[in-house]
Amino acid sequence: MFLINCPYCGERDQSEFVSGGEAHIARPKQPTELNDDQWAEYLFMRKNIKGIQFERWNHAHGCRKWFNVARDTSNDKIEKIYKMGEQPPKL
Amino acid sequence: MKNKYSIFSLIKNAFSNHENWQRAWRDPEPKKEYDAVIVGGGGHGLATAYYLAKKHNLTKIAVVEKGWIGGGNTGRNTTIIRSNYLWDASAGLYDHALKIWEGLSQELNYNVMFSQRGVMNLAHNLQDVRDLKRRTHANRLNGIDAVWLETDEVKKFCPIINTSQDIRYPVLGGTLQKRAGTARHDAVAWGYARGADEMGVDIIQNCEVKGIKRNGDSVEGLETTKGFIKTKKIGVVAAGHSSVIANMAGLKLPLESKPLQALVSEPVKPIIDTVVMSNAVHAYVSQSDKGELVIGAGTDSYVSYTQKGSFNIVEETLKAILELYPIFSRMKMLRQWGGIVDICPDASPIISKTSIKGLYFNCGWGTGGFKATPGSGDLFAHTIANDEPHKLNAAFNINRFVSGDLVDEHGAAAVAH
Repeated sequence: MFLINCPYCGERDQSEFVSGGEAHIARPKQPTELNDDQWAEYLFMRKNIKGIQFERWNHAHGCRKWFNVARDTSNDKIEKIYKMGEQPPKL
Repeated sequence: MKNKYSIFSLIKNAFSNHENWQRAWRDPEPKKEYDAVIVGGGGHGLATAYYLAKKHNLTKIAVVEKGWIGGGNTGRNTTIIRSNYLWDASAGLYDHALKIWEGLSQELNYNVMFSQRGVMNLAHNLQDVRDLKRRTHANRLNGIDAVWLETDEVKKFCPIINTSQDIRYPVLGGTLQKRAGTARHDAVAWGYARGADEMGVDIIQNCEVKGIKRNGDSVEGLETTKGFIKTKKIGVVAAGHSSVIANMAGLKLPLESKPLQALVSEPVKPIIDTVVMSNAVHAYVSQSDKGELVIGAGTDSYVSYTQKGSFNIVEETLKAILELYPIFSRMKMLRQWGGIVDICPDASPIISKTSIKGLYFNCGWGTGGFKATPGSGDLFAHTIANDEPHKLNAAFNINRFVSGDLVDEHGAAAVAH
């Protein structure tokens, strides 16, 4: 239970947002060339970090825009919010 | 040798004000080396150690636990036990556990208060009806007792349910597994701990794993807060923290850890003598022997290790409970808590060897691991002892995420994940 500062709308309750899971998992550029191990890595394997995790969020009950969040999963404290397409910050 | 618990030992100890009961398990310091070390002293981990010692004749076994035994999800769940899963592999796995539950108190000489009060799953829309009927048929083909109940039969089985067709999510019927029920969660951990300790298993509490030492492709031991422990076999049963342990060995798992909440009410006289679960509105309720209503809610959508969870999840669940059971409208809730559940993409567990020799994982039980405790321990012990899975857990290997042979129990398992 925490607040998220949407880069477009400002600070709102987390219940307005939908978590999109781990960020920066790039869609394969050449899907036909991937083997089964690489597909499993892309589709299923997750870092599931206890600590600062980079993740995607969507303001589903607001502007409906996607953005990235760096959040400490051990205490739900948000360290940084940055836009889609930007590189993860160094923390 | 442990003294046997019985009515006579209870009377005998009453004369000394219950001050001279024998210790249920020792509090040993870790030895330098073990044949196998289990990481995680919850129900599943303690059961694994118990069956390793009992059925596979391993003598030097340790369970290392970072907190106290049974203090994680074992002590945080809503204690529901059932085996009415859709797919053959799941039905085999969960019914294996249910069969062990039926004789567990006798086997452990420890009352786990297993109560086969039945579990009813409600249908609230036409798709629910189709899904639940399909599951009932699948269950019966697998020899699992399951019946379909029409709305009036639901009302007869649990009279306090509001079966009015005017509510937002009307009850259109339900399934019932009569062999299903509940057990006392703490007693399960304590019973297995006592049984394992008697066979010489060292249960080491307040001992956190800090690293896994590897020699090439095999394990050599564990770095812990109580020093280095040498071992060739490590069984990890760390639930929500499985990914953290996997990371120490350089492995990645297909898991996401999320808070799952539950709450209990003030104690009242017996009012509901079964377990009722509702998939569509995601609320389930039973009554403990103390009289509290035990209510389960859903998971949060985000990864978190905080053991808290969001208020809006509890609010949604209580809204649904009140619509289904108007009689509870004035009850006060006493406590609310969260546990961290590790969820697989197919909502089925992993009981498996890994690419590292001597490293085994039992994880991914998600929101429904308690029911499987005895079966999970039995099959994981088999997997560790033989370095091969038992036929009942062969489908639950970690390689299924590469081969694509998933056991998809999302929604099909009677509860939305």
